[in-house]
Amino acid sequence: MESETIIKVEHLAKRFGTFEAVKDVSFSVNRGDVFGFLGPNGAGKSTTIRCLLSLISPDAGSIEMFGKTFKKDRSVILSNIGSIIEKPDFYKYLSAQKNLEIFARVSGADVSRTKIQEMLEFVGLGDRGKHKVGGFSHGMKQRLGIAQTLLHNPDLIILDEPTTGLDPQGIVEIRNLILRLKNEEQKTILLSSHQLSEIELIANRMVIINQGRSIVEGSVSDLLNTQELLVRIEVDHARLAAELLQKAYPNSVFNLVSDSELEVSFVKELVPELARVLVQNNMKVHALEPKRKLEDYFMKIIQS
Amino acid sequence: MLLKNTYNEFIKILSKPRSYLGVGALTLLIAIIIFAMKADGKSIISFVTASFEQTLTFNGHVLNGNLIAFIILQMLIVHIPLLVALVTGDLISGEAAMGTIRMLASKPISRTNIVLSKFIAGAIYTLFLTLWLGFLALFVSRQLFGTGDLIVLNSDGLVILQDADILWRYGLGFCVAYLSLLTVSTLSIALSAFAENSIGPIVSTMAIIILFTIIGSLDVTVFDNIKPYLFTTHMASWRSFFEDPVPFDDIRQSVIILVVHNILLVVIAVYKFNKKDITS
Repeated sequence: MESETIIKVEHLAKRFGTFEAVKDVSFSVNRGDVFGFLGPNGAGKSTTIRCLLSLISPDAGSIEMFGKTFKKDRSVILSNIGSIIEKPDFYKYLSAQKNLEIFARVSGADVSRTKIQEMLEFVGLGDRGKHKVGGFSHGMKQRLGIAQTLLHNPDLIILDEPTTGLDPQGIVEIRNLILRLKNEEQKTILLSSHQLSEIELIANRMVIINQGRSIVEGSVSDLLNTQELLVRIEVDHARLAAELLQKAYPNSVFNLVSDSELEVSFVKELVPELARVLVQNNMKVHALEPKRKLEDYFMKIIQS
Repeated sequence: MLLKNTYNEFIKILSKPRSYLGVGALTLLIAIIIFAMKADGKSIISFVTASFEQTLTFNGHVLNGNLIAFIILQMLIVHIPLLVALVTGDLISGEAAMGTIRMLASKPISRTNIVLSKFIAGAIYTLFLTLWLGFLALFVSRQLFGTGDLIVLNSDGLVILQDADILWRYGLGFCVAYLSLLTVSTLSIALSAFAENSIGPIVSTMAIIILFTIIGSLDVTVFDNIKPYLFTTHMASWRSFFEDPVPFDDIRQSVIILVVHNILLVVIAVYKFNKKDITS
């Protein structure tokens, strides 16, 4: 069964003065997707996302969300969306709970205080509800931002760079929260991020945009061919290791990177076999690690 | 949604320390004026009435609560716009500077409702300031100095108003004063829709008031045609209620011009905010 299209963007364009922020962006997001929205700085990601939230009016192209357009059904569309754009900003002089109450009142749904407390618990801020947001760390504000997106139980969650400025622990916390939204709440998520590993780990579909244009769109597994991994092997004698492996796996191509390093694109399940062959032939294996494929793919797309 | 967001706006105003700055400053200024009048009021009054004492005899309490209230209003009506703009000029641009405007504008509330709720909250805050001014100026002064006939010195000479003939004048005078302050509030919120920082609209509001006041006071023919349409020309119309007879036609004209200003400024702000790309 074909899944419902939640977001349909076609040939979107937006200009600020003489600067063309978005030239031609098209993509679609289906219900249940965790959709990666990728692009280098200045590619037009935030402008596109702001168009999706009616914060910016596009100059050309069309946006359809839940089968509706902003012109006719702005309130209906926005009542189905929860979002964090760049960084969640709150009223610093108000408590976390009061902030959520304020956004709940304009969310288009009846949100009880119990629900607000539940959301604070969900993001791990259950005991900080009475504290003023001015004293919160960036990570806490991000988590409060996620609580704010969930208040009215929206179908679609838009997260624009949710891990920017976070320390490694904060990044893991937010990533886990997103996974919980996907797995426990079955939300459709549009995730814009610089963290390519994050997209690779979480997203099932993605689009890459560059210089205001969408370059490629599709399922992450199809685009990255995730059946295979690019593996980096570090040994004492790379040339000798390459010859040995080439004999064992004649259909694969082993590339010498240096005297002690080689790379191969290899079937994921068979990667341990590489180590076995090398060790059985008395080679010293210092490292055998899968390289992030999305990083390579992303760089290749952007540079081309 | 409009009512819910107006409630939100009021919570925000009540939670900001700067909102109490105006109330505190007003209270302090009035306290200083009352203290000064209590300490040295008689000599100040006799200095003013000295020039009339050859032709008139003043009996009773000239220095009474009604006169003190009039002096307070006269002195403070120039400064209160700053206290109003300090809070209302921040209502839209402050949210842009803080980044909360994009959170708010991405909710299912129309932009028109966002702006209107800010105008309503600003109007309520201005009303509160006006009522507080009225309470301190009139009620407290009358309690401390007692009541009596009011002597008002204006360009035509002395006007003496009977004690029983004063309260309704103050009542209507405060209504017109409120309309003047509401125009300041509306102007600062409208300017706020164009700005991305808090200070700009506050400074711009005061600059416009100063500029218009200067234009209004300049005796230059070229400005004569625009003077009647400047809102600052009508900000002192409350004073007309203390003339005898009351020039109701002039007051009506002033009220119309102030109301038109308010409507135009609201329309401009709503239009601008609806057309605005929120990039902050």
